[in-house]
Amino acid sequence: MVDSQVVLWGQTIAYTCYTISIISLMAWFAYKITKQGDTYKAPNKLFYAFVSVLIVAGVSLHIITYNTIPWSSMDINRADIKADVVFDITVANHEFQLPAEKLMIKVEQKAMFNVYSKDLTYGFGLFRQDNSMVFQMQVVPGHLNDILWQFNSPGVYSIRSTEYSGPKGAQMIEKDVVVVE
Amino acid sequence: MKFINILLDGEEGLFKPKSLTPMQKLVLRFVVVSLVYYFFALFEGMLMRIMQVDASLMPADQYFGMLTAHPLVGIFGSTYSLVFGAFLFLVPYLMKKPLWSYKLGNLTYLFIAIGTLVFWTAGFLTHYSPLYTLYWPLPADFTQFNPLGGAFFITGIALVMVGTVFFVINIFATITYTPVGWEKQNGKKLLGSALGIDSVKNIFRKKQNRTEPLVSLPIAAVARGTVDVALNAGIILFTGVLILVYMVGHLMGYDLKNTAVDALLYKNWFWWGLDLIADGLVLIFVAGTWYLLAMLITGKELFMAKIARIALLVELVVSWTVWSHHLMSDQAQPGILKILSGELVTAFELITQGLAFFITLVTLWSARPLKMTNPLKFLLGGLLGFGLAVPAGIMQADIGLNRILHNTQWIIGPHVHVAILVGLTMTLYSAVYILFPIVTNGAKLHSQKLANVHFWCHLLGGIGMGAFMGMAGLHGMLRRTLYYEGEYNLYMILALLSGILLTVGFLAFFYNIVMSLGLKGVLQIFTPSKLDVNDIVPKTKE
Repeated sequence: MVDSQVVLWGQTIAYTCYTISIISLMAWFAYKITKQGDTYKAPNKLFYAFVSVLIVAGVSLHIITYNTIPWSSMDINRADIKADVVFDITVANHEFQLPAEKLMIKVEQKAMFNVYSKDLTYGFGLFRQDNSMVFQMQVVPGHLNDILWQFNSPGVYSIRSTEYSGPKGAQMIEKDVVVVE
Repeated sequence: MKFINILLDGEEGLFKPKSLTPMQKLVLRFVVVSLVYYFFALFEGMLMRIMQVDASLMPADQYFGMLTAHPLVGIFGSTYSLVFGAFLFLVPYLMKKPLWSYKLGNLTYLFIAIGTLVFWTAGFLTHYSPLYTLYWPLPADFTQFNPLGGAFFITGIALVMVGTVFFVINIFATITYTPVGWEKQNGKKLLGSALGIDSVKNIFRKKQNRTEPLVSLPIAAVARGTVDVALNAGIILFTGVLILVYMVGHLMGYDLKNTAVDALLYKNWFWWGLDLIADGLVLIFVAGTWYLLAMLITGKELFMAKIARIALLVELVVSWTVWSHHLMSDQAQPGILKILSGELVTAFELITQGLAFFITLVTLWSARPLKMTNPLKFLLGGLLGFGLAVPAGIMQADIGLNRILHNTQWIIGPHVHVAILVGLTMTLYSAVYILFPIVTNGAKLHSQKLANVHFWCHLLGGIGMGAFMGMAGLHGMLRRTLYYEGEYNLYMILALLSGILLTVGFLAFFYNIVMSLGLKGVLQIFTPSKLDVNDIVPKTKE
């Protein structure tokens, strides 16, 4: 499965290109709007063409990501996919209670993380050693919060709450507890 | 000496408070309240920016108390004040009839001003900090928060919502009522036109039977956005009462079982209500304001006006069905809601807001050459803000991308702060600059150079802050937390510098307005006007 870091780079490049384009367009517009030009009446078909572009852009984003980001389909179909390893984790009083000191996963294995909250709404995120995020989900009390993830390369990861649960929540970090080898 | 004279009497002494109608004074009071609370939000925002660089500067509970109040002061205290004041003035001004109730308008401004002060004070003193998201059962977690402080906090929010309800009543009553001495107006038909019911009926009518709208496009935008204002006020009031029950119960010694409320259902309910602001009334009001500004700046009819009118109605319906994009990382949320509401309906916002963007630009283009006035440049800044922020939001409303973006600084930077600071606020500044001579009876702006400083500092500061927060988010920095080891200091220092630019821009604007009106003039805004309450502007100006 492609690493989430690769997807983030793709998004960074795409959004940066878009940002440069829209800022350039508005700067050009602001310059030209003050200049004398031919009287121009925009045809209605230009408007409908623009609407069509918006529709295509809005819908195609989700079709492209569904077909290129591997965890999208895996997430939706996770009930039908058998996990290679399952971890049951409980959260209470601003602390993660892990099933073992280290959560060991083998490369290429599909790991299921079942996280239960006994009190507040928390988050459950996995982070690389450079603090970048691998994935996250919300942990809502009274519900099963499960995420299936496939690891394709060795690494050591930390768990951190990704949702605000009061001032104590900022300290909810379990350093280097997930080991993929 | 000259400086003192201008400071006291305003630029060239042109601002004459005695010439103001009660309605003009009312809108100026709203503006003053809005600017004061904008300064609150800005100051606290800057303190938090510094904390993001060095988290040891103040206790964490103080930081999260500020983080809870910051968006609420910005949205309710500042933006609601400015928008409500402007619309309470513009609706009667454009419909050429008196406001239904001037007293209710005054109460709106007082309730919002006092309510904001109450919840801000409660949060500041007691550190009640469940954040605006209020994820259940956090607002009722009395192991972390003082229930008395919380009760005052919720009471402040409730006061704001009561003021909001008064605004809603006043707007719809003004659109539909018949002033004394006028020929009887058909209130039902006016309401139908304002809400777009006649547009829907026209779709099913033969061409020769179609009717023309009874109210102008800006009035339709105000009415449709106000529907979301009303629904949102209902949701927040209900939620506030629910939380107050738990607080009062706790204070009286009864520990109510907070698991009686399902956390996921509550989250759905509350986000449905909150999105009536973020994805509802903001977008509808902004689109309507863009249309009005484009028409005022160019003096021309709006391009594709009929489609624009229908798009406002579509936006209203979209705002009722879009909330699930906030729950895409909630694994218990049904997948069908994530796809339909979270992804597809949200993508509609790209279309409706894109239409408004396009229609406004084409209308402006049709009138070139235009002079680069303050209203025009701020309008272009506002358009750019939404041009940047809406696609950023569409990207995160995707099942795949949300997994690595949710609750990061990406959400709050390139999407929320760019949308609010650049898109919304610059649109509102455009309206302020264009309305300034109308509501002040021709007061002169003190300095165009300061207006230019305001524009560039605000534009660059707003985009810069959003960009650096976004870069930090893409590298894993979360929102709603503190980092103690300087993990993201490079981005946070750059975001802080951008914040300083924003502050310089605001101070330039504030100084410019004070010097334009003079201190004496500003104070006299709060004294009663001796003119007729039914006059929107002085009779000689009409």
